[in-house]
Amino acid sequence: MATEVAQIDVQVQEDHHDHDHEQSFISKYIFSTDHKTIAKQFLITGIFWAIIGAAMSAIFRLQLGFPEADLGWLKPLLGRWITETGQLDQEFYLALVTMHGTIMVFFVLTAGLSGTFSNFLIPLQIGARDMASGFMNMLSYWFFFVSGVIMFISLFLETGPASGGWVVYPPLSAIQTAMPGSGMGMTLWLIAMVFFIASSLLGGINYISTVVNLRTKGMTFSRLPLTIWAFFLTAVIGVLAFPVLFAAALLLVFDRSFGTSFYLSEIYIQGEALSNVGGSPILYQHLFWFLGHPEVYIVLLPALGITSEVIATNSRKPIFGYKAMIVSMLGITFLSFIVWAHHMFVSGLNPFLGSIFMFLTLIIAVPSAVKVFNYLTTLWKGNIIFTPAMLFSIGLVSVFISGGITGIFLGNSAIDIQLHDTYFVVAHFHLVMGAASAFGLLAGVYHWFPKMFGRMMDAKLGYIHFWLTFIGIYAVFFPMHYIGIAGFPRRYYSFTNFDAFSGFTDLNQFISIAAIATFFGQFIFLFNFFYSMYRGRKATANPWNSNTLEWTTPINPGHGNWEGEIPEVHRWPYDYSKPGAEDDFIPQTVPFSETMESNLPHENDMIALEKEQAEEIVVDESAGH
Amino acid sequence: MFGFYIALAILLVLGILLLIFRVTRLVGIVKGTGEKIVTDSNNVNAAMMIVFMVLFFGIAGWYSYVNFDAYDQPVASEHGELTDKLFWRTMWITGIVFAITNILLFYFSWKYRYSAKRKATFYPHNNKLELIWTGVPAIVLTWLVISGWMAWDGIMSEAPEESEQIEIMGAQFQWSIRYGGVDNQVGDYDYRLIDAVNAHGQDLSDRSNFDDFISNNLVIPKGDPVLLKIRARDVLHSVFIPHMRVKMDAVPGMPTQFWFVANKSTDEMRVEEGNPDFNYELACTEVCGGGHFSMKKRVVVLEPAEYAEWKIDQKSWLSKNPQYLSQVPENLKELALVTAGINE
Repeated sequence: MATEVAQIDVQVQEDHHDHDHEQSFISKYIFSTDHKTIAKQFLITGIFWAIIGAAMSAIFRLQLGFPEADLGWLKPLLGRWITETGQLDQEFYLALVTMHGTIMVFFVLTAGLSGTFSNFLIPLQIGARDMASGFMNMLSYWFFFVSGVIMFISLFLETGPASGGWVVYPPLSAIQTAMPGSGMGMTLWLIAMVFFIASSLLGGINYISTVVNLRTKGMTFSRLPLTIWAFFLTAVIGVLAFPVLFAAALLLVFDRSFGTSFYLSEIYIQGEALSNVGGSPILYQHLFWFLGHPEVYIVLLPALGITSEVIATNSRKPIFGYKAMIVSMLGITFLSFIVWAHHMFVSGLNPFLGSIFMFLTLIIAVPSAVKVFNYLTTLWKGNIIFTPAMLFSIGLVSVFISGGITGIFLGNSAIDIQLHDTYFVVAHFHLVMGAASAFGLLAGVYHWFPKMFGRMMDAKLGYIHFWLTFIGIYAVFFPMHYIGIAGFPRRYYSFTNFDAFSGFTDLNQFISIAAIATFFGQFIFLFNFFYSMYRGRKATANPWNSNTLEWTTPINPGHGNWEGEIPEVHRWPYDYSKPGAEDDFIPQTVPFSETMESNLPHENDMIALEKEQAEEIVVDESAGH
Repeated sequence: MFGFYIALAILLVLGILLLIFRVTRLVGIVKGTGEKIVTDSNNVNAAMMIVFMVLFFGIAGWYSYVNFDAYDQPVASEHGELTDKLFWRTMWITGIVFAITNILLFYFSWKYRYSAKRKATFYPHNNKLELIWTGVPAIVLTWLVISGWMAWDGIMSEAPEESEQIEIMGAQFQWSIRYGGVDNQVGDYDYRLIDAVNAHGQDLSDRSNFDDFISNNLVIPKGDPVLLKIRARDVLHSVFIPHMRVKMDAVPGMPTQFWFVANKSTDEMRVEEGNPDFNYELACTEVCGGGHFSMKKRVVVLEPAEYAEWKIDQKSWLSKNPQYLSQVPENLKELALVTAGINE
């Protein structure tokens, strides 16, 4: 049944393909339904937001590293957010922290990463002409765009954007008078998030149905590249988790504007006792983290998927433990839904519940560890080519280890008492989800740039960019562990009020300098990206000698991806350096009957099957016509 | 004018960088290196892996060793010593894993860098290996979970009955501290009774309120259990006493609590730290608005005898604010006058 639908769909799109040249500018580049164009739209928008989000962190790092410095020179940009004495405004500091988090987590690492690569790679790597629904896909981007516009507008409000931290815990976010950012800024934040959730759901449903229904002949689930497995599971997580955030946001809207008391109870603020009773702020935290924790894996899994592909290709070796990789991703997907309360050990949660969540949380370390060991074994006895994408993938594994290991401290509720909401947490999640998925994003861009734009990015600039970023990331986040162990709380505008937190001015300065340098280092990438788009060396059909399907398309694939029929798939995507084979790679489209010299015993048995299937098709076609 | 020169300098540097980029690119095209997948840079990148590894472990190891006292906050509570022990145990175990995996990552990257003479080893899977590295982490983690769980269970257990009862209430942007007084019972409150003077909203129909007193600092006895009854008046806050390893959110509408035993007095800590100005502090760790970073209270740990003395000296809130006697029900007025210490 499913294949019938798929065939009809393909038919329709093939017709469309014929009329490709008649597309107007608007339908080709703006309201496009082509997954490749939509992917690029996501990528460019993601890059735009990444610049804004990173610039924000550079600004608040200035405050943290140089609290005495005169920031008056930022006045043309920030206006009265710079105080008379040339310091950053305290409320605005929180606004920056909040928007940095929101932008980076949702706009850059969710939409920018999944939106780009799920869209770009799913049809190309499974052998489909386009997404299951091109129209929904287009909507997905434009909902994201609207969400971004609203969030962007909120940056320019007189009272500032939302400022209660990216988790926007009520009552701070629910009571409009609690801080300036809880007024209009918070309203716009909520509206923007509603559009964002709609966008994610439209995208996610599309990714899932495409992977399930539109795989080309021979592309079984056990032959899918790990990228696709990762995108598929990411979409599943998103579809299950985002609606809960929607519910949380909706109840917050009700509390803010319609006088309900879902999250509010017994509040006396600014000389007034509010009438709300019976609500619970903890309810919001449960709902938020029910999305919030899976969200971590929504940003991380695609990066791990990309890394698996890039490491295997550039080690010229099959990924070690393909099935174990899939099983561990399945494990992570499942477990990601039942660990959320580890963010709430000291929130007043029932301590018994805390014990349960500690246990579940530490289980999730096992599949993550398995993935790391598999990456290491993939590199072992490889023949490693350091493309910029490969460098970023190796960098990803390193920051994933470093950041993942601190998770074992934080997942332990007894140790978490001291570390909760300190810089230790900031260091932990910036390495394990921030840097790791950003590295995945960058690896993906370097690796698939030739397919996106038909040109190569400059490798040397890529190397410089990588080393600057890699050293920079560690220089920024590794020292934060020390500050965190010393107990420095996060989201503090200044540490000088406390004797206990007044040390480490030198380290804070070092971090700030490293952060700002790393931020400027990213302009090398931007230059390389836009320059290579127009002036880069022309790409060859398969520049990395890779096995996956996307490299069998024309160098600049049109709408519909393949000019003739969609190629058939005969093998898994990781036949690199197979003993006996002439080249060190065998693309997925090569049947076993053509590689007698390198087949493994059980693969020889497949040849008969291949033949049978080929005959069946002939019979089918003759019956059909 | 100064700004103009800076802009000019930046432009010049950018221009030079751009020129270098163009030249190396053109040279690359002439030499034809652009066509190759593997260039000489491959060995440079491989070597950089080792350089990075040495520098990273060198600097991190050196800093961790030299500045240990700076980041290791002294501990002054009984459960804190336990959680610190768990922390450092976890640090050793994970530290070793961290070092081994990172070293292998960089070493393999260098060792197995591309060589035209070699072919990679086709090694797609080994179920035995997978089982080992699923099983071993699982066992180690189970051990960590169980020791963590036992500690957690003890810390979060019911407070001993004789604990000193102290209410700490967060509000934008200050902490307010109320003691149970002579009867060691923190009286009932109702948030609707809060006003400028009655900051805690003490409900004076409850007799345990009469002897409650407000203190500017959190004063606690050494060696005796202290029960913090934590609440918030407006938004979320979080009680954090770094040296005591105490942290618990303050939630409006849902009282929380944390009990602990301080085991070093302020004076003892001053001697230990060699700092006569040392004071324990209490901070807020849940973002609560613009003044979040300034919510500080001093914590004073006294010897039990000193503490008892200090406590006797405190005047009840009601005796300081006798106008609130009107809120006391008639039948309790007499009692109120006596227990509040107005009529001796």
